[in-house]
Amino acid sequence: MSATAAVSLVFKEKFPRVTDRASGDHPAFNVPLAQVVDVLRYLRDERSFDFLVDVTAIDWAEGTSPRFTVVYHLFSTVNHDYVRIAGNCENDLEPTAPSIVELWPAANWHERECFDLLGIKFDGHPDLRRILMWDGYPYFPLRKEFPLAGIETELPDAEIAAETQAKVISAPQAGGPFVAASGEINLTEAEPRAKDESWNERRQKPDA
Amino acid sequence: MVTPNTEFAYNSKIEGEVVVSRADAIINWIRTNSMWPMPMGLACCAIELMGAAASRFDIARFGAEVMRFSPRQSDCMIVAGTVTYKMASAVRRIYDQMAEPKWVIAMGACASTGGMYRSYATLQGVDRILPVDVYVSGCPPRPEALLDALMKLQQKVKREPSAKNLRSA
Repeated sequence: MSATAAVSLVFKEKFPRVTDRASGDHPAFNVPLAQVVDVLRYLRDERSFDFLVDVTAIDWAEGTSPRFTVVYHLFSTVNHDYVRIAGNCENDLEPTAPSIVELWPAANWHERECFDLLGIKFDGHPDLRRILMWDGYPYFPLRKEFPLAGIETELPDAEIAAETQAKVISAPQAGGPFVAASGEINLTEAEPRAKDESWNERRQKPDA
Repeated sequence: MVTPNTEFAYNSKIEGEVVVSRADAIINWIRTNSMWPMPMGLACCAIELMGAAASRFDIARFGAEVMRFSPRQSDCMIVAGTVTYKMASAVRRIYDQMAEPKWVIAMGACASTGGMYRSYATLQGVDRILPVDVYVSGCPPRPEALLDALMKLQQKVKREPSAKNLRSA
């Protein structure tokens, strides 16, 4: 990958704190978040990585430090090449990262999603509200300590909640989460509904 | 000379222009054959709902082809798709805005039970916020299944004491 080497070489001269990041596919670099705006601007303006593919983040779980890593994927429409930039958040409890909305307006909703689901605050974001969950939802659902089933809380609309007596509940898992490769296990027995009931196609209904 | 009356059918010469029936039968006959749906299309089930409305399956055969996007003009809410908690309040509000009498069909696994979405974001069955009349299984159900549900709902409505309900309302 000569293109990778070329990117890497110029990179390190200009930004000495940039290091290589282990990657199974495209060239990837670790960048201190304080420098990430400069690095991304350089990549956009001088390395023709003009297309922001994704902004996301990783939660390495409670107890690790650094806990949160923000990840940027860029694409070059000129060279048809990808690059991945990652930066660790310094604060593990209230992670922050600089906003890159001024570089790519497309980052606006990506950063909102990242804030919504992982609770990373993007400094300088023009409108950092939740985008998928409702305003006032008390948790960040993609954090590692948050259970898939959810945590019981109130419905977004107090009036509807009072009228229907419904709540946001911890969803019944019924034997799930249902994750299996085909052929690995007997799917009839592994399906949630099979675990949910005392009888199915293979097991006779017990006498009452 | 006396001739025996062998006519058992409606005879306009004898009965004039009067048809005798029960109020329930008349009201329910009208209601079942013009059940205008409120298409609450929230996910892929809505595609099958459109299929049911289009020419091959033709829900018009059952008097339910007039999809009303205003709750004020609709009788039967068809909840077709995944109801998230964020959307649940809106679904309930639209239901509240529908005029009585009104019915609800929960179309598909998600609307009925939450389906495969056993997660923090999804309402585990629309019956937690609405009174559901008919549940349709399937993911998504075929249009025939929706037509079957509509016919089930029509049978249910035909048994309602509508005249009594009108007086008490």
